[in-house]
Amino acid sequence: MGVEGIGARVVRKEDKRFITGKGRYVDDIKLTGMTHAYFIRSPHAHAKVKGIDSSAALKMPGVVAVLTGKQLVDDKVGNLICGWAITSKDGSPMKMGAWPAMAPETVRFVGQAVAVVIAESKNLARDAAEAVVVDYEELPAVADMHAAIKTGAPQLHPEAPGNQVYDWVIGDEGAVNAAFSKAANVVKLDVTNNRLAPNAMEPRAAIADYDAAEEHFTLYTTSQNPHVARLVLSAFYNIAPEHKLRVIAPDVGGGFGSKIFIYPEEMVALWASKKVGRPVKWTGDRTEAFLTDAHGRDHITHAEMAFDANNKIIGLRVKTYANFGAYMSLFSSSVPTYLYATLLSGQYNIPAIHAEVIGVYTNTTPVDAYRGAGRPEASYLIERLMETAARQLNVDPAQLRRTNFITQFPHQTPVIMAYDTGDFNASLDAAMKAIDYAGFPARKAQAKSQGKLRGIGVSCYIEACGIAPSKAVGSLGAGVGLWESAEVRVNPVGTIEILTGSHSHGQGHETTFCQLVADRLGVPISQVSIVHGDTDKVQFGMGTYGSRSAAVGLTAILKAMEKVESKAKKIAAHALEASEADIVIENGEFKVTGTDKAIAFPMVALAAYTAHNLPEGMEPGLKESAFYDPTNFTFPAGAYICELEVDPGTGKTSFINFVAADDFGRLINPMIVEGQVHGGLAQGIGQALLEHAIYDANGQPVTASFMDYAMPRADDLPSFNLSHTTTLCPGNPLGIKGCGEAGAIGASAAVINAITDAIGKNNLEMPATPDRVWRTIHAA
Amino acid sequence: MYQTTYHRASSVDEAASLFAKSSEAKFLAGGQTLLPVMKQRLAGPSDVIDVAKIKDMIGVEASGDTLTIKAATPHYDVATSDAAKKAIPALAYLASLIGDPAVRYRGTIGGSIANNDPAADYPAALLALDATVKTNKRSIAAADFFKGLFTTALEDGEIITAVSFPVPAKAGYSKMPHPASRFALAGVFVAQTKSGEVRVAATGASQNGVMRVPAIEAALKTNWSPAAIDSVSIPASGLLADIHGSAEYRANLVKVMAQRAVAAAG
Ligand SMILES: Cc1cc2nc3c(=O)[nH]c(=O)nc-3n(C[C@H](O)[C@H](O)[C@H](O)COP(=O)(O)OP(=O)(O)OC[C@H]3O[C@@H](n4cnc5c(N)ncnc54)[C@H](O)[C@@H]3O)c2cc1C
Repeated sequence: MGVEGIGARVVRKEDKRFITGKGRYVDDIKLTGMTHAYFIRSPHAHAKVKGIDSSAALKMPGVVAVLTGKQLVDDKVGNLICGWAITSKDGSPMKMGAWPAMAPETVRFVGQAVAVVIAESKNLARDAAEAVVVDYEELPAVADMHAAIKTGAPQLHPEAPGNQVYDWVIGDEGAVNAAFSKAANVVKLDVTNNRLAPNAMEPRAAIADYDAAEEHFTLYTTSQNPHVARLVLSAFYNIAPEHKLRVIAPDVGGGFGSKIFIYPEEMVALWASKKVGRPVKWTGDRTEAFLTDAHGRDHITHAEMAFDANNKIIGLRVKTYANFGAYMSLFSSSVPTYLYATLLSGQYNIPAIHAEVIGVYTNTTPVDAYRGAGRPEASYLIERLMETAARQLNVDPAQLRRTNFITQFPHQTPVIMAYDTGDFNASLDAAMKAIDYAGFPARKAQAKSQGKLRGIGVSCYIEACGIAPSKAVGSLGAGVGLWESAEVRVNPVGTIEILTGSHSHGQGHETTFCQLVADRLGVPISQVSIVHGDTDKVQFGMGTYGSRSAAVGLTAILKAMEKVESKAKKIAAHALEASEADIVIENGEFKVTGTDKAIAFPMVALAAYTAHNLPEGMEPGLKESAFYDPTNFTFPAGAYICELEVDPGTGKTSFINFVAADDFGRLINPMIVEGQVHGGLAQGIGQALLEHAIYDANGQPVTASFMDYAMPRADDLPSFNLSHTTTLCPGNPLGIKGCGEAGAIGASAAVINAITDAIGKNNLEMPATPDRVWRTIHAA
Repeated sequence: MYQTTYHRASSVDEAASLFAKSSEAKFLAGGQTLLPVMKQRLAGPSDVIDVAKIKDMIGVEASGDTLTIKAATPHYDVATSDAAKKAIPALAYLASLIGDPAVRYRGTIGGSIANNDPAADYPAALLALDATVKTNKRSIAAADFFKGLFTTALEDGEIITAVSFPVPAKAGYSKMPHPASRFALAGVFVAQTKSGEVRVAATGASQNGVMRVPAIEAALKTNWSPAAIDSVSIPASGLLADIHGSAEYRANLVKVMAQRAVAAAG
């Protein structure tokens, strides 16, 4: 692998810039003549906007303009779209309520923008915003899903009677009914998957710069996928044609899904920049992040699992209510359907599965993909069910899983997915060994003698990652393809620029992508740079989410590299007067195999550009591109086991050990992989113990600051004990599966399974706050 | 933040006279409460008078049976003060539990008690230890100083200069932190004075702010031990309830924290 090649623990190239405060985020960018936007947001969860009086504000110092939702509609700026069409079981399309970027008539969640003040400074804009008088007529609101679908509930959208977005089904209901009718045992469980606020460290921001002479827009924004942003903004929002819009996503401080979507603020900034004729900057604050960044999860599910007399699962029946908030965000529709129900087979051989998912509108912030997106909800459900079943059937939870593991691959599940490879027993073995599973009963007894309740919980997750292939997602309703692109530019001196359609906002692409090049060409990673995040520099690409950048994005780079190498070999062979087939690449040199004849890579590059002596008919230059579209998803999987203690006096949970044995296929940089797992585990544990975005019955957010919303901190977490078992992914040449979401997908169930084991009661909702655990312990 | 004028006072008198001259002034100490509130535009003082650099208002001193903490002393200094750790270790320990390191480096005892957040830690210590709040005008007994949620006996423009604590025979503090803010979901300070009086104060629990807990005091008076509290029942009525803790849970915590505080006090 070499010291910097694939598999090496190379220190991140980008960290020098981040650690020394030299990162360049959107808010760091200042343009000449730049104005500042402050949005006026609804304090009501549901209200009619009867009028907006900005006359006093317009007279205030430094105010450039006050723009309203009505002007936006008058200018024919398009409503926000949802990019994945879902069809209900009765054949009807999902019911989309119109979502204008600023509400001209009706607001449907607290924080929805109704107008924007543009001023010389952010503070002046905010001063003026306080002078804008919005006349609201409050309407009854509904925040709770079950309340929203009752007859007589306040209705959000005329397009969606009963506040229902869709009623979607997957699987064979007849086969499931047949399985249940002959079941030896049936296990039932109700679970809530709590709503989360993503809270990337960097709040969202946008700077729009309209050039009237060129009729050209530049948008700097906090995006995980700048090309998709440009496509959506131009194709649907009628703001700028695609060739007249440059989208730049510079350093981005975390996304976790929340920066996939194109939000109203970017649309308004672009539109406003043209209207006022000056650049417009908006930087959200933490309160705005809580109110307007798409939330995650928020499911209520009833599930039943049927077992035969040998404890083999014979059927699974699931009914889920998914809260979409007030509007359908960009990819929201796919999250509780194709990203959730298709993973309900977990790691198990389940011959019959049927799931029904009912999407519901409520007067809350829109919900969309958040780290794991649908897969954490599926994994949590299945792993809670397995633990519940083990308790009910009185078998060891690890053994019950083994009894049902899929061991033959490829494996076609009854819910679309075809698992390509895996070794679930190997991961579980590794995790059980790491935590000394066999020694647990003795440790539990020891803890008991000290007044502590000790528990252990297993979670065996599987996820579908490397989100792609285009043909498959297209057939399921996706409005976009999910391939990735790359261009490899070799400069005349032999340094290399990689232009990638992936986008790094914490993942370390500037290091790992270079490692591939180092591995293949033997050049040091300092000679390679990664270019991403600018639609003027980089060819169209799909961006980063769904743990896809290594499996899809890096493979695209590999494909382009292969083309570069092939041409370079021809040039080398010509220079060395050898046959192309005899050229091998070793330590940065192109060699004639079995001889000492060699030419250094930079000389090959130079030859390509001087073009003095190229093979007959060859074009000068050394630059190749590739688009890569895989044939299947990848299937990272693993086993997490958590051991913890509960203090019966306070209900407080303390971790004893947390082991994670993951199978991510090939690892490019194990250190970066561990970092990804640590972060994912923190978010999974955060969901299990701490985090919950809560609304009161009237749709007022209760947790809109860090003083109320409990983000996990270092001292809330154990020291993680990580290991890897490996089956290479057969779907891509590098054998990569992806690691970005696993921790968030697998961790929550391990924690709740462990707490419920400790306290001896199976039903416990997330987050398992000390109060909730204490009440569960002491409930009759 | 609204426009404001910042002043740095170099003496208590200067701070008081700056206050008198301004239309709507606020004293600023560590800024851990005032600045977030100003940033959110929930407060807009015309003038901000910084008292955190006034030399006479910083330091921890023990003399005889009294430990004095000057008002602008940051929590970190109290937590690490040898004088405090020797005289009243429970108080130094309490300071070490406040918020996070950034908050402890900046936040001060004067700011904390002037603010009188119902979940702040110091008020429990002041009440249980029968401390005296010294201001530029007078001395106020802790029991008279705290007047319910975010309300104190301070008059407009009055500056806290120090808090003096009688050194107890025994004292202990135990706190269940709020998962998000790290303030007290419930915190209980127990003390046995040198004259044998038992005083117990709970913070984070009551809808009226910091409170004495007579039932626990009575139990401990007869028998200074965690077990003595086993049979005490704390009613949930009048206790705070929010998403992180129901009133019943807080009632339980008052009892459990008191037991742990007694165990810690020895
Ligand atoms: C994230 C976070 C976590 C926290 N966690 C805890 C916790 O766990 N426990 C806890 O107890 N506290 C906690 N706090 C509060 C912290 O202890 C602050 O120190 C306290 O709120 C105020 O102290 P300050 O010095 O920062 O005062 P400032 O914010 O500067 O002032 C607060 C108020 O007191 C007034 N004031 C300040 N000094 C004087 C004086 N000498 N005389 C008269 N009036 C004065 C000011 O005018 C203002 O009204 C936390 C705060 C934060 C931000």
